[in-house]
Amino acid sequence: MGRVRTVVAVAGVLGGAAARTARAVVARRWAARGRGRDGDRAGHWQVVTVDRPPEQVLPVRGWPEPLRRLDGSVDVALRAAPGGRGVELAARPRPDATPSGFAAHLVGDDPKLLVRRTLWQVKQLVEAGEVLRADRLPTDRPARPPG
Amino acid sequence: MRALCWTSGGDLAVRQVPDPELRNDHDVIVRVRRSAACGADLSLLAGQAPGPAPDDVLGHEFLGDVVETGTAVRRHRVGDRVVVCASVACGACWYCRRGLPACCDNGSTEPDAGEAEWGHPVAGCFGQPRAAGGFAGSHAEYVRVPYADVGAFTVPDSVGDDRALFASDAAPAGWMAADLGAVRPGDVVAVWGAGAVGQLTARAAGLLGAGRVVVVDRHPGRLLMARRHTGAEAIDLRHTDVLAELRELSGGRGPDVCVEAVGGAAEEPRSLADRFTGRRRAPEALREAVHACRKGGTVFVLNGGARLVDAFPIGAVVHKGLTVRGARQHGQRYIPMLLDRMARDELRTEHLATHHFPLERAAQGYALFRDRPDDCLRAVFTPHDQIDGRVGR
Ligand SMILES: [Zn+2]
Ligand SMILES: [Zn+2]
Repeated sequence: MGRVRTVVAVAGVLGGAAARTARAVVARRWAARGRGRDGDRAGHWQVVTVDRPPEQVLPVRGWPEPLRRLDGSVDVALRAAPGGRGVELAARPRPDATPSGFAAHLVGDDPKLLVRRTLWQVKQLVEAGEVLRADRLPTDRPARPPG
Repeated sequence: MRALCWTSGGDLAVRQVPDPELRNDHDVIVRVRRSAACGADLSLLAGQAPGPAPDDVLGHEFLGDVVETGTAVRRHRVGDRVVVCASVACGACWYCRRGLPACCDNGSTEPDAGEAEWGHPVAGCFGQPRAAGGFAGSHAEYVRVPYADVGAFTVPDSVGDDRALFASDAAPAGWMAADLGAVRPGDVVAVWGAGAVGQLTARAAGLLGAGRVVVVDRHPGRLLMARRHTGAEAIDLRHTDVLAELRELSGGRGPDVCVEAVGGAAEEPRSLADRFTGRRRAPEALREAVHACRKGGTVFVLNGGARLVDAFPIGAVVHKGLTVRGARQHGQRYIPMLLDRMARDELRTEHLATHHFPLERAAQGYALFRDRPDDCLRAVFTPHDQIDGRVGR
């Protein structure tokens, strides 16, 4: 597994009865923790649904780069989405971890927003094959009148 | 390159901006042949928040030639003449795979901005504020097109630029309203707004077999054009009791499908009292559509510029069992079919391009488009040659 701490990974990573048990446990904790008393400190789970099978979303060997960047600072969970919609990928900042580096700086040191953006990037990468980049970055030259 | 930018003062000006570059493997760079002003831009110009940032390039309806391709692009080559869907969709997410590309999950560089604005990210759009994707607009010499295999379409040789241009935005919007509004053969269809989108809605309704199509507007020139080019009947709302007229034209039942295509005309400034009470503009055309529509019929709303409106007749929706739908155009789903119809001469749109300007004069073009003297229906900009003023072709 990757170095990101995983609460649990289900279907496709665990098999059979173990997966079913794990799914039930996670579903309960996932729901409870988001709203629990420690909810604010730990932060809500951020969740995106990815329209692909679990082994494509979180491959056992080498996790997608956007997620690896959050190394050690998030809990990650995965479960099957109902109705054949792929999987629900969840992550939550760990209460004891503070994100660092340029990525965190860009989102104003808001770990929840960083986690949310990272999940969207994982989804884009898995579904569309690339993380969309903006046309212009704040560091680009500004426009000037013609001539 | 030169591009029409939103300036820090809220005005428009042609400025020198960096050339676009390939940023993703599925991108192409298009050299713009034509780019049209769209009614949806007017709400941006009216300064409604969240507006564009200074130096953002405007424009989203365009066609041009591919001049550069990313390494993962399969369907396009340098030299292809393409029309580009105004909205940016990935073609691979749950929504795209179900024919709802305007709801694309992956069409934005800042999905969280879309979540803040609408609750969820939606497809990107060229030349719009960040929540709509973060892509520069088309009123420029060159445009970067993300997901080019999904959103750019090669134009058949027999279809001219001024026709194919409208396959980018106006034609798919109109077609979608008729399609998702569920127009059936023999239906009476009423369309509010005789602009480009309204006219193309009327034409689509006719092609889908509507028995009677009626267009409602306050500009005689546009109504005349709608009658001539779409075969619709016209109601001038300045001289007619619209509800009574529609009732008469539909045997007392009311139109089966009512489409609000009035567009993003500038929101009137709110009174002090309105600001105090939080009351918003009343959606006049939409209210009329709800009132006119037959029981069990469909009201389709195309106006993406209408952010919040008040005094919506929800009671009529309930008591008459109406379906109210809205959408931004699902162009990726309709454009190939629309280009086919254009090539077969079933769908003609070049009359909508009433005025051409070189890019240098794009700000003037917008002023003309906004204030509509001279029956300007769409101002079309040509960054690379020198067509100017009214075109008699
Ligand atoms: Zn538009
Ligand atoms: Zn998509």
